Amino acid sequence: MQTFPCPFCGPRDETEFHFAVEADHPRPENAPSDLEWAAYLYAVDAPQGPAREIWLHIPCGEYFVMSRNTRTRDVTASEALR
Amino acid sequence: MSGWRHPDLGTEIDRSKPLTAEVDWTKIRGFQGDTLASALLASGPRTIARSFKYHRPRGLYGMGAEEPNALFDITRHGTTIPNERATLTPLTDGLKARAVNASPTAERDRARWLDLLHRTIPAGFYYKTFMAGGWHLYEPRIRAMAGLGRLDPNTNPPADTPTRSATCDLLVIGAGPAGLAAAKAAAEQGRAVWLIEDATYLGGALRWRGGEIDGDDWTDFARATDTAILNSDGRILTNTTAWGAFDHGLIAAWQRRVDHDVHWRIRPAETILATGAVERPLWPAQNDRPGVMSAEAAHHYLTLYGAVAGRQLLIATGSDASYATAAAFAAAGARVTLADARDVSPDAPDGVRVLSRQTLQAVHGKTETWGATLNDQYHSADTVLVSGGFTPSVQLHCQSGGKLDWNAEKDALVPRPGTSHMKVIGAANGTFGLGPALAEGATAAGGLAPDTPDGTNWRWHPARPDIDASGRIWIDLQNDVTLKDVKLAAREGFTSVEHLKRYTTLGMATDQGRTSNFPGLAAMADATGRSIPETGTTTFRPPVRPVPLSVIAGRRRGDLFNPLKRLPLEDAHRAQGAVFREYGGWLRPSAYGEDEAATIQAETKAARDTVAIYDASPLGKLDIIGPGAQALLDFAFYNRLSTLNPGRARYAFLLRESGIVFDDGVVLRPSDDRFVVSASSSHVDAVRLLLEDPRQGRFDPSQVAIHDVTQAWTTLTVTGPRARELLAAVGIDVDVPHMGVAENTWGDAPLRIARISFTGDQSYELSVPLPHGPALHARLDVALNAVDGRWIGLEAVMILRAEKGYIVIGKDTDGLTMPHDLGWGGPRDIRGDEYLGKQSLFTEAAMAADRRQLVGLSTTNVLPTGAHLVPLDGPCRSLGFVTSSYQSPNLGRPIALALLEGGTAMQGAEIGVFHNGDVQRARVTQACTFDPEGERL
Ligand SMILES: [Zn+2]
Repeated sequence: MQTFPCPFCGPRDETEFHFAVEADHPRPENAPSDLEWAAYLYAVDAPQGPAREIWLHIPCGEYFVMSRNTRTRDVTASEALR
Repeated sequence: MSGWRHPDLGTEIDRSKPLTAEVDWTKIRGFQGDTLASALLASGPRTIARSFKYHRPRGLYGMGAEEPNALFDITRHGTTIPNERATLTPLTDGLKARAVNASPTAERDRARWLDLLHRTIPAGFYYKTFMAGGWHLYEPRIRAMAGLGRLDPNTNPPADTPTRSATCDLLVIGAGPAGLAAAKAAAEQGRAVWLIEDATYLGGALRWRGGEIDGDDWTDFARATDTAILNSDGRILTNTTAWGAFDHGLIAAWQRRVDHDVHWRIRPAETILATGAVERPLWPAQNDRPGVMSAEAAHHYLTLYGAVAGRQLLIATGSDASYATAAAFAAAGARVTLADARDVSPDAPDGVRVLSRQTLQAVHGKTETWGATLNDQYHSADTVLVSGGFTPSVQLHCQSGGKLDWNAEKDALVPRPGTSHMKVIGAANGTFGLGPALAEGATAAGGLAPDTPDGTNWRWHPARPDIDASGRIWIDLQNDVTLKDVKLAAREGFTSVEHLKRYTTLGMATDQGRTSNFPGLAAMADATGRSIPETGTTTFRPPVRPVPLSVIAGRRRGDLFNPLKRLPLEDAHRAQGAVFREYGGWLRPSAYGEDEAATIQAETKAARDTVAIYDASPLGKLDIIGPGAQALLDFAFYNRLSTLNPGRARYAFLLRESGIVFDDGVVLRPSDDRFVVSASSSHVDAVRLLLEDPRQGRFDPSQVAIHDVTQAWTTLTVTGPRARELLAAVGIDVDVPHMGVAENTWGDAPLRIARISFTGDQSYELSVPLPHGPALHARLDVALNAVDGRWIGLEAVMILRAEKGYIVIGKDTDGLTMPHDLGWGGPRDIRGDEYLGKQSLFTEAAMAADRRQLVGLSTTNVLPTGAHLVPLDGPCRSLGFVTSSYQSPNLGRPIALALLEGGTAMQGAEIGVFHNGDVQRARVTQACTFDPEGERL
């Protein structure tokens, strides 16, 4: 059971969180091609090692950016969206 | 009969409290403080178990979780738990134990003939032999012969184990000398220390070996540790097993208590592991005979319980540790011969005959031990105690990612520092002997080493199974794996440790290979000409010993497993005869009457004939408030909502970015900057979070807020041709247009009226704050009786909406359904602005003509929901399936909704419905079969 830091609530059990999306993958707009759109929806990097991800803390409903290492499971940073 | 009870010894039993238990229908006696194992040992019988595969007679071997033989089904207070280890079972009065894998008893087991076949059933025998015709032909009989305890299907232990979370500065696991020294040093620095110990008392091996620390008996040191921990706000948990190490340092621990157990989830800032070591056996021929025991275990039974393993003992060892054991047995009055494998050995204790350079070659006996062969010479003995060195207990270190290194000097695989988040000390780290353990423990916690006269580091002769030895030699007693099986695995190429395990089942029993992994590894290394580090180590996974599932499940069982949401008006509905069922996490009335099927039909008819009321409180009520509300909703919803006028309502879809329909519902706009999203009752939480995503990530969150007020309101829906009449009688203003919303008052209560319909008849959703719900319910009930209406349950509502072709998301849609598949292609074709899921609606797959589309089906009987639709000619394949199916009392015939490939273009065509091997015909119709013009709205 990992502990994740919500920027608003502090450290909480991982069961309170949902992974939302990988960070730094902006939504393509203005009629992207099917390929661009499919890449946005399905082509995730899923890196082994350092990762920047958007997570949701369900009890407070806030989305935030978490930096963590998917191999060591170390959490290195957690920041509000803005 | 060899074990006996010493008249004086026994530091942990209370002789003033005798207990009686029953083992295989035979009474045994013991005392308060005994374990089942110590009571059995003192009572004398040798054969107390049968082995797993060959049904060989087996006796007590160990003292803890490493015990491979003494497994019993234990009945206490009418509840039977299978496969408990006698070594870990406290003796209680009236306890009943039955040997596992034996019938009728371990001594007179009927399947003992199986051992005669041992030459024909080596490792892999079952896999290789019972293939002809299929394993399933043989499985039932083989399973009946093999296996362990008997599970009573009626066993339902109470859900009385709470889960508690805790944090501390330092967690010390194991309260032997190293753990005590670490805990004491840390507590004296003011750190909050938690000390966890498997046994009932602190001390570890000090309890039976004794020792002097800081000039006094070790018990003073243990008491000082206890005091220091309590003074620094720490805690000591005895009878507690740390059974798992999980991510981010979480330790799960099972505390056994008399009233109810506790399951701990501990998050320490730092963890020190001091879990000790397990003695290795030796590997002479017939090493599984009852009467062959771990020397350390026998020493422990002698001192703590006065349970003496035998009268004439042979101790076969290569270890310094066994000399104190020999001395203790001699002092207790047993005749003791100590056979040391080494050339030079410590001085002989008083009354002990010591032989050096001895190899234990064979044990003689059958259901008891008669003697043993050492260096080709027969020695008579009723008990053979063995010590082949010690294996550090490193499970928790390895569970948290720690690696091991082979240390030839310590003759053990020891933790590699820095590979887990724990510091490992004492015997668990390969540091043996009192002095070194105390020093390592204290140093790990930043303290000074306690003083002790016993400073020697134990040494032992590295004992290994001799792969050239003759006779039957057991490597894994619990799973009945012999040296021959390991050699067979090597010959057949299963040389990696993981393959060895799976091929022979070595180390895969519930003792988790505590006494067998090391010799199995050593034998494989020898058979393949490799070193132990080259051969590898196995992976350790939680739990470190069997933990009852009731402990892990805790209170999350029965009603608390997934608690349902309850209606505030539940009692009122029950008073009217409602039958309750679960709908999307809510407990709601399904119908108001015992004969559910007939009641549902009557309710459905009444709703069309006169008027009906149902409790719609679970319907989502998400308030979207602020100047940014309309921009957010335009983006989030498939249907444009900024064009909705205040005072009006609109049906709308929410899509995922994949274009798949996620939810539908009506959005109300009571005023210019306030919307209410009526999400489906089972989807409210998910819809809120789906709306939060763009609110926080795309828009200015200071301009719009989302409040879920679903459970702050009671909503009662009045529907039917006489709905207006009923409301007028109650004094509620009904001057609201279809798809209109009005905020009024009813008495002193705020009242929201939304004229939206899920039934196809004039409907008024009346919402009042919760405290006013009962009054509204009572007033409507009186009026309902006056116009001959009825309360209706969810089942009638389901039929009413299906008559109209109104969908339920997740029932009439699946993970592929897009809005245009439901006849809602308009917004896609019109909207130029961005919205969730937009791009996905224009892909080739989304535009295909043969997508599964919503249709109705006309038949003469009620179709089974879920039945596949198939072509009437040509190869049979699924074209879709029935999503909803009911008998309609208003149409007087069955109705059904379905998703059908290219269904929109197939109106009037006939299609096959496949069910249980038969195909029947159905005609494709519009989804809406009742009042298609909508004149009743
Ligand atoms: Zn939070």
